[in-house]
Amino acid sequence: MNDLYDIVIIGAGVSGTYIARELSRYDLKILILDKDNDVANETTSANSAIIHAGYDPKPGTAMAKFNAPGNLMFDKVCKELDVPFKRCGSLVIGFDDHDKETIETIYQRGLTNGVPDIRILNHDEVLEIEPNLNPDVKLALYAPTAGIINPWELAIALAENAIDNGAELKLETRVTDIKKEDDSYLIITDKGNYLTKYVVNCAGVYADDIHNMVAKPSYSIRPRKGNYYVLDNSVKNLVDHVIFQAPTKKGKGVLIAPTVDGNFLIGPDSDFIDDKNDNSTGMDNLNYIKNSGLKSCPSIPFDKVIRSFAGLRATSDHEDFIIGEVEDSKGFFEVGGFESPGLSSIPAVAEYVVDLINQRHGGLRKKDDFNPTRRPVIRFNHLPQEVKAKLIQKDPAYANVICRCETITEAEIVDCIHRKAGARSLKAVKKRVRPGAGRCQGGFCGPKVVEILARELGKDWSDIPYDSSKAYILTGETKEESGGENL
Amino acid sequence: MINYEVVVIGGGPAGLAAAIEAKRNGVNNILVIERDRELGGILQQCIHNGFGLHVFKEELTGPEYAHRFIKELKDMGIEYKLDTMVLSLNKEKVIHAISREDGYMIIKAKAVVLAMGCRERTAGAINIPGTRPSGVFSAGTAQRYINIDGYLVGKKVVILGSGDIGLIMARRMTLEGAKVLAVAEIMPYSGGLNRNIVQCLNDYNIPLYLSHTITEIKGRDRVTSVVISQVDESMKPIPGTEFELECDTVLLSVGLIPENELSEQAGIEIDPRTKGPYVTETMETSIDGVFACGNVVHVHDLVDFVTEESRRAGKNAAKYVKDLITNQGKSFNTKPSNGVSYIVPQKVRVDNIDNTLDIFLRVRAIYNNAKLVLKADDEVIKEYNKKHLAPGEMEHLVLPKKLFADKDFDTLTIEVKEAN
Repeated sequence: MNDLYDIVIIGAGVSGTYIARELSRYDLKILILDKDNDVANETTSANSAIIHAGYDPKPGTAMAKFNAPGNLMFDKVCKELDVPFKRCGSLVIGFDDHDKETIETIYQRGLTNGVPDIRILNHDEVLEIEPNLNPDVKLALYAPTAGIINPWELAIALAENAIDNGAELKLETRVTDIKKEDDSYLIITDKGNYLTKYVVNCAGVYADDIHNMVAKPSYSIRPRKGNYYVLDNSVKNLVDHVIFQAPTKKGKGVLIAPTVDGNFLIGPDSDFIDDKNDNSTGMDNLNYIKNSGLKSCPSIPFDKVIRSFAGLRATSDHEDFIIGEVEDSKGFFEVGGFESPGLSSIPAVAEYVVDLINQRHGGLRKKDDFNPTRRPVIRFNHLPQEVKAKLIQKDPAYANVICRCETITEAEIVDCIHRKAGARSLKAVKKRVRPGAGRCQGGFCGPKVVEILARELGKDWSDIPYDSSKAYILTGETKEESGGENL
Repeated sequence: MINYEVVVIGGGPAGLAAAIEAKRNGVNNILVIERDRELGGILQQCIHNGFGLHVFKEELTGPEYAHRFIKELKDMGIEYKLDTMVLSLNKEKVIHAISREDGYMIIKAKAVVLAMGCRERTAGAINIPGTRPSGVFSAGTAQRYINIDGYLVGKKVVILGSGDIGLIMARRMTLEGAKVLAVAEIMPYSGGLNRNIVQCLNDYNIPLYLSHTITEIKGRDRVTSVVISQVDESMKPIPGTEFELECDTVLLSVGLIPENELSEQAGIEIDPRTKGPYVTETMETSIDGVFACGNVVHVHDLVDFVTEESRRAGKNAAKYVKDLITNQGKSFNTKPSNGVSYIVPQKVRVDNIDNTLDIFLRVRAIYNNAKLVLKADDEVIKEYNKKHLAPGEMEHLVLPKKLFADKDFDTLTIEVKEAN
């Protein structure tokens, strides 16, 4: 006997969770599957964290179709789900005549793609709003609608809201095969089988593998890896906008972006890789990023780096998104090749996919009781003094500061464990409320967060992983009697 | 608003000594604020011995050393608050703090002593390329898991950096049954105390690879191996020298950084050399009446020196409360030169010195049979012969006041003069 669903969504990144949340408006039995032990754990957790304005994609592509409209939908969803989002605007800066030509082309493209309010700034205007940029800058394309967001925070919020509205989430469940049966699909996983009318393939870098389980191969994904540096949030006022370089024949150059948490990201480079699991950083790559970043902004304090990381882009050989119902497999929908500007496009893409399913189904029935909002997240450190005092009166766990770098309290950590799609690992807590994301990188708070996770989940300390269930932190208890006079 | 004469932020060795000394010098209304669940700071997890040789003329463990001060503090009736986090400090010496017990507190102090200690440099800060699996710990975090929480962190260990905590942990992990395969140190010398190299590595046959570093961490979930490479004089890895060690754990002992976020937020000026506040002979920072001592000022190698320095800060905080510190009279700045990486204090007001001036400094490299030369502007006023100087060992100079009291000069320069 297999569980019967209306829709199974494969992949709990930002595309899978967004589509799940939009589908949870309707009277449908929805299941989200992910191979990892947390939502938003691959591509969604390691990228530039930018909502692009939409001038980049070539007109006529799916990317161009969805990016600019998607961008404009972020204010509403972020407000509903209490996800920090800031329209800080972006600049594409140029240093010579060649860059000037490129920027003018991008500007025209932006107009065609329907990007609002873009304009070209001259040398003085650029340095007026970004005084720390390289003074050799000649001009820049300014796009005020570009923004910054925590992509994983958005996906976590979307998952929580979808579950609140009836969707189910099964983690650590790997899809191993899919069988087409009459008018349904049998999803075979390492944890059991699920029968469903419709499938949405949101499997990121694995989307082609999932596609090939049911349909004839039509695209392949070869991920492009990007390395990044993260600067400590004690660095202030480096740049206020997302700073891109005008792409040249030598490459795209790296970006400098503020984050919603007050850090700065510098990166990425771009390297095709063959191993879809490979998110290792490389010394040469990081050096390239350093040099390229310094070209845009000579005063980047690289001694304030707190972390470097690498993420993968799900680049397909179509060099575009692959979105829609698969031709030879009715009822099988997919969001493939979903690399940048995927995050920026997802609200519009989700709307489109839901519409396709609606048509295929012959009309979906809306729920009366859909709740678009998520219970607000208390971010203690950002609250005014009086509110802090009141919170502590109500729950003294708000006075127990666990993470001293980011001033994260015990109450916030406990809450993120007990929410829907709650945290089960040290990294999952870090993604939700940020202990370990600061300058000590978990040195002080790590043991305390492990203690809280173990207590709240009723587990032993040794059973709390850093990330996947194989990423154990502790190997057991110490000897009861430690030998020797020298310890 | 609660009022105190002296508020000490941090209840580790620095804060304890400062509070006790402030009390001894006639201040009664003192508060020590500690964020952890007990007093004693990081000493509580340093269960090895070797503490107290200077201050008590005997070898104590970290908790024993801390206990002597905690007992004295309690016997003297000095008030302290545990599990209490300071959120902010300003120039008017108003402190905002929170705790389960007291809720949200606003505290006004006449004098403040900063004693927040330091934190460890992380993997991110030193940028080791590779994956980001579990099993990479700073040495102090591993020490806490083992000595405070009672959990082991791994079985096959490679340690990067030969700072004292790393060396101590090499022995500790070995005694707990783990195999410590190697300690890699990027510098051509160890950053730790010589006695720790002998007692923690040599006695257990743990190899120390000088001029080596980890150039890659491997493993998708948990660490599976590291690649170690030799480095050249400019600390760049030399291609072809790589070797791989299979391990499940990497401990980092790659330096300590004074923890001054609170100081910076208050507007206190920070010395880029020490990464701690600029301080005077009284351990006063750039904000009047705010003093600092211990590892928040500069990273010490021995807790005994922390105690001495903190006693000075506590005594002077008491003097400040009684308005006995002067900004008048002669003053000079100190300046590290050739071979000296930093000097504490950075500024000296001569009239505040009773008989001697304590100077702490570190050198940049290893020197044998060298001299530390002190110059008042261009005039050499003193030379100290040094058999051995090393960056891992802090130098403590005690200058008689008469050496400089009668001279008119702006800058006291200290430099290393190598043997010919």
